Amino acid sequence: MSRKPVSKAPAGKQDKSLDQPKPKARMVTVYIMGKRHVVPEHATIMRAIEYSGQQIIRGAGCREGFCGACGTIYRLPGDYKIHSGLACTTLVQEGMSLTQIPAVPMEKAIYDVEKLSPDVDTIKRLYPVVFRCVACNTCTKSCPQGIQVMDYIQAAKRGDIAAIMDLSFDCVACGLCALRCPAEIVQHKVGVLGRRLYGRYLAKESKELGARIKQVESGQFDEEYASLMGMDKASLSKMYYERDIEP
Amino acid sequence: MYPEYLAGSLKEVDRTRAKRLELAKSGNPVYPPMNAEERKDVLSKYHPDFTKGARSKIRVGPNKGEELTTEITELLEAHSMVEPRLMDIHLREPDYETDLLIIGGGGAGCWAAITAMQNGVNSMLVTKLRLGDSNSMMSEGGMQAAVAPQDSPTRHYLDAIGGGHFENNPELVRILTEDGPEVVKELERLGVIWDKQADGTMQVLHGGGTSRKRMVSCRDYIGAIITRTLMDEVHNHPDKIQVREFEPAVELVLDDKGRCSGAILYSLDTEQFLTVKAKATIITTGGFGRLHIRGFATTNHYGATGDGLVMAYRAGAKLAFMDSVQYHPTGAVFPEQIAGFLITEKIRGAGGQPLNKNGELFVFPREPRDIESAAIIRECSADRNMGVETYAGRTGVWLDSPIIDMIHGEGFTKHQFPGMCRQFNRFGIDITKQPMLIYPSLHYQNGGVEINGRCETNIPGLYVAGEASGGVHGRNRLMGNSVLDYNVFGRRAGQHASEYAKSVTLGKLNLDHVTSHVKELKANKIETDLVSPMILPSYTPEDVKIQQLARLGSAPARHSMLRSRISPGDKRSAAE
Repeated sequence: MSRKPVSKAPAGKQDKSLDQPKPKARMVTVYIMGKRHVVPEHATIMRAIEYSGQQIIRGAGCREGFCGACGTIYRLPGDYKIHSGLACTTLVQEGMSLTQIPAVPMEKAIYDVEKLSPDVDTIKRLYPVVFRCVACNTCTKSCPQGIQVMDYIQAAKRGDIAAIMDLSFDCVACGLCALRCPAEIVQHKVGVLGRRLYGRYLAKESKELGARIKQVESGQFDEEYASLMGMDKASLSKMYYERDIEP
Repeated sequence: MYPEYLAGSLKEVDRTRAKRLELAKSGNPVYPPMNAEERKDVLSKYHPDFTKGARSKIRVGPNKGEELTTEITELLEAHSMVEPRLMDIHLREPDYETDLLIIGGGGAGCWAAITAMQNGVNSMLVTKLRLGDSNSMMSEGGMQAAVAPQDSPTRHYLDAIGGGHFENNPELVRILTEDGPEVVKELERLGVIWDKQADGTMQVLHGGGTSRKRMVSCRDYIGAIITRTLMDEVHNHPDKIQVREFEPAVELVLDDKGRCSGAILYSLDTEQFLTVKAKATIITTGGFGRLHIRGFATTNHYGATGDGLVMAYRAGAKLAFMDSVQYHPTGAVFPEQIAGFLITEKIRGAGGQPLNKNGELFVFPREPRDIESAAIIRECSADRNMGVETYAGRTGVWLDSPIIDMIHGEGFTKHQFPGMCRQFNRFGIDITKQPMLIYPSLHYQNGGVEINGRCETNIPGLYVAGEASGGVHGRNRLMGNSVLDYNVFGRRAGQHASEYAKSVTLGKLNLDHVTSHVKELKANKIETDLVSPMILPSYTPEDVKIQQLARLGSAPARHSMLRSRISPGDKRSAAE
């Protein structure tokens, strides 16, 4: 992110570098919320907005494609389609006209996971809206993560919790699917519910984990801890460098 | 797609792969791990913490006279956003009142709200951006927890304390490692999906500095899976946990007995200062990667500007280990758009190997992070000149990922690293066929506000948990111990702080510590245009900043817009 100091030349824009010192970045024209800006062609949408001089408050988060804060819709010249993407990982293109959608209004179901069952009844009760799905696939097309969103909504209709978990695993909850959905489903919220149901009820129990917790609770490691915590740096260091390492 | 000029070096990586695969399958280390002297040597010569100007003496506050990371010293010696004498009426009539104030909405903050609620105490969680916007969300590779039969919590203890150069607080390391297995169970109970074998056994992998396979994981989205689960749980209790977004805290408030009694918030939407009165306060504000220390690119979240440290320090809390910074060995160098992007250590845990421009191994792939990073910097330095240069002016080494499928079988990378595959696919690079180009990236705040095993600080009523705290990791954290940290200590902070909140009656609220800070700056003749906490970094071009309100307009010089200060910190960049 280091930025080279720039002399205050009247030509301004051409002299600026966006982490692209050499060869000199080529520029493209984009329309940010309708206003024309000239930005480096290798910029992501997020960096282009910042290059234009704006401080982003809503619409930037992890900046690496995990948090879903920067959902953005855009159109390209000569193309009727509304495209969508994350501002942090989508590159600008010549003539791109874009608007960030930093928040999508929605209602999340309130529930106590301990009192749910991992089946279609839970889906029916908490998110009956999924049954409005007309299988148009708009959600899948709008997903910046390339997730098969419609498939996991169909899985939700069947009560196939494992499939919701597996298909929605990489969801960043940007909400673009919910925004585009003609049936007004809140897909990403259904995904969270499905994953939690799977983790809580369907994942196979790990026996060695239970055994280890019992060992800890029974104080089996207390003596060893006391001895380690009482050691001086030299003897700890010796023990550390001599410890065996599992291949 | 890699450009033509890198083809020669890529060919070298392919050429040496068969031999390296043989090494990896032999069961012996693929490269000799360093001994204590070698570690010391590479650290002192190549780690950024030891470069000239990396540390400077702080002249004010509880750590006065100590050498801290320069960028931190600058922030701590800066002006407050708040003018105490104008706040009197708001301290008498606070905008919000709560039993427990939690500052920061990452993993630790969510946990604290949940355990406080379980203990019968309602809370208010305030956060700078949205709930969950945090480094917690971004962790990829895994969490350490001694769940495997051949492992033990005490082994985990030894690994963690050795990785931290034996300076960690033993009490905290014990809690960290001993709570590990229980945290795994608790998270599963909330609905986290762990990677498991077909029979239900937890999948464990190595991380840097682990002597047993101990890394539990959720593909390469552990942070997203855990944090979204915790957020969902927080949102399931709107009557007990009140969440305020885009309202970061900028100063703590004390009462007449010196107890922490809440905070002043700054609404990013309305630029209002809002007062919260709280019986107990927990800081879970995370780290500081967005300060771009030493000019390094960072893996961190947009909001990681060390705000909690600044507030706590001004209120009189002592900091620990704030002279050391963690650089993750493997940040992306190419393509330029994702420079700094975290490439999970799980790649090396699964057998990925760092290689120089000739495709040769030059370091054991799983040294603790500071050692691994220093070794990579050494390989790219003028002393060795074995790095690969990009036209954007960066230097890096290869991280051989195609070897992973050769070790574990085809399809392993695609299933275990969907995030990594996706990120590189966007730029036409298939990491199952081609290596990644990497260089150390600013990753973690090793130190922080000093805490004890109850997450208490030296200020009564002020608790800290997660990356904002100091002592758990000494001067170097191992992979997977921060995810564990925010889970273990976030939970505990909620329990202890809520217990404390039950018995407190607050006195008169004040901001006298801010007034004292102003006097101390003056007494030490410190002149600065910096206002802190920083809240958000500025990536506004310099020529735009020069023409903004705070410089050309009639706003007072201490206006918050000065977070757009020109050229904060040191200008040297990682690439130079």
